[in-house]
Amino acid sequence: MAARMDEMRILSPTAILGYGFPAESLGRGMDRRPDVIAVDAGSTDAGPYFLGIQPGSVEQNKLVDFIRTVTTDLRPLLKAAVSSGIPLIIGSAGGAGGNLHLTGISTLVKLIAQQEGLKFRLAMIKAEINPDLVKEKLRQGKVTPLGPVPAIAEGAIDRSVRIVAQMGVEPFMRALEQGAQIIVAGRASDPSMFAALPILNGFNKGLALHMGKILECGAIAADPGSGGDVLFGTVRRDHFLVEPMNPERRCTIKSVAAHSLYEAADPWYLHEPGGMVDLRGVSFMQETDRCVRVSGSLFAADPVYRIKLEAAELVGFRTICIAGIRDPAAIEHLTEMLKAARKGTTRQFSELSPDQWSLHFRIYGKNGVMGPLEPESSPSHDVGLVIEAIASTQEQASSICLFVHAFILHYGFPGRRSTAGNLAFPFSPQDIPMGPVYRFNIYHLMEIDDPLSPFPIEIEEVGNG
Amino acid sequence: MGNRTVTMADLATVIRSKNAGPFLITLDVFFNDEGTFQKIRDAGVITPALIAKTYQIAEMDIHELTFFEPAAALKITLKRWVSSAAPGDTDVFGAQQHVPLMNMSFQLDD
Repeated sequence: MAARMDEMRILSPTAILGYGFPAESLGRGMDRRPDVIAVDAGSTDAGPYFLGIQPGSVEQNKLVDFIRTVTTDLRPLLKAAVSSGIPLIIGSAGGAGGNLHLTGISTLVKLIAQQEGLKFRLAMIKAEINPDLVKEKLRQGKVTPLGPVPAIAEGAIDRSVRIVAQMGVEPFMRALEQGAQIIVAGRASDPSMFAALPILNGFNKGLALHMGKILECGAIAADPGSGGDVLFGTVRRDHFLVEPMNPERRCTIKSVAAHSLYEAADPWYLHEPGGMVDLRGVSFMQETDRCVRVSGSLFAADPVYRIKLEAAELVGFRTICIAGIRDPAAIEHLTEMLKAARKGTTRQFSELSPDQWSLHFRIYGKNGVMGPLEPESSPSHDVGLVIEAIASTQEQASSICLFVHAFILHYGFPGRRSTAGNLAFPFSPQDIPMGPVYRFNIYHLMEIDDPLSPFPIEIEEVGNG
Repeated sequence: MGNRTVTMADLATVIRSKNAGPFLITLDVFFNDEGTFQKIRDAGVITPALIAKTYQIAEMDIHELTFFEPAAALKITLKRWVSSAAPGDTDVFGAQQHVPLMNMSFQLDD
């Protein structure tokens, strides 16, 4: 490496590993001779399901299937990185970034390497946090909620299937220093995998992280936006540039500035492990027709280094039933029917304590999308009902769901003409077992002394032997 | 100068909602042009009280309400009534909670 570089170039192929990208866009990006390819592979967006999966459970197969779907993205990226001699960094492996997810992606990386005859140094960075450490930090008052999150108690820690934490840039920097070419990491802050190499080479932390925040969603920050296309970032000493690699897209001041708001509670500050990027002084300039220049992003370190914890706990098992209602009188009496069904269920399953089961209805065509926030009150002529039963066992949930659908099907409301049945089922069987249900139960910040110690790095030589 | 009633849909090219983490939903409004943005920001018509009324929620459940000059945008962040994918949730990604904001109407000086 040169003594002092003027710029570093980062290629972001896609918003989430598995979303895909055109081969031509990757080719154009590789022609620009990037210094690193980085890609985010996870998020809390899709809910807590993959975070909650127990090792050795039936659901683990679903995770394996899910991980296999990223092969089509992973293969060309591995080949491109190895043939160009640059690092490939994959963060938040397997959607949730636990050890199970990390192993899944690492195994796939090694399988592809074997098939393609690739040789490289692989770093695997774990992000699962020992529950005892969280308990100790909680007792020291070093664990604080992030927003309107339920209060954490030691019980919540014990109930968590696993606890992951978002790593910052430091573990990636250490793996790069150790000569790793392919880095697969557990849960990581989205910008960190893009910012690590520039920061290691002395580039401004505020600029590198802000660029990472824009790059992590692929070409979503372009116009027209796409989660499945390549965005190219170039960081220099006092600014950075972003440009899509597909000539049909452009980055505009508006598309890039707009992205600063995306999925962020507050657009002015980008909170990252160990500090925040202050965007109050940021300026966006149209560099070329398709490229935007950003400057003024400032990093301010926190007095203590804090990492974000995420955990999920098992709520129970879910069975659902989907049905339609067309009879106007049945739609008119629907609220009453559902109330009666709930009452009937309580009576029928009186041996279960109320905390062992719950029943939920989604009424599409009425308030199925917004629930209690729905301002419109008149239902559609064609209503969809999703019956959802959650109980301590799958069998129990299915019994409840069957009871409820049968109850509503044959419920006799006043003035009923359609006495043969109130529901139209699109499927056989009517009741669909959905497996375990999880909820996010920890979403907290935890103070740590060393940004590296919770995230152990394992190095392996792949393709030697 | 007269008053007229406008809806957010009249004033903005993009109105969207999305999770900001599993416990918050964030709403973004990108106004038609810089002039519209400045007019709405300076008119002081977008208040926590109006948002609370629009979503039938308490003002204390509004986590953030800020104008963002670099994108001529408005951001409003609300507490989720149930966390993402927890029992009873209707919108795991939070991507379809923007319509009340789109239809929200208020008085504006001409």
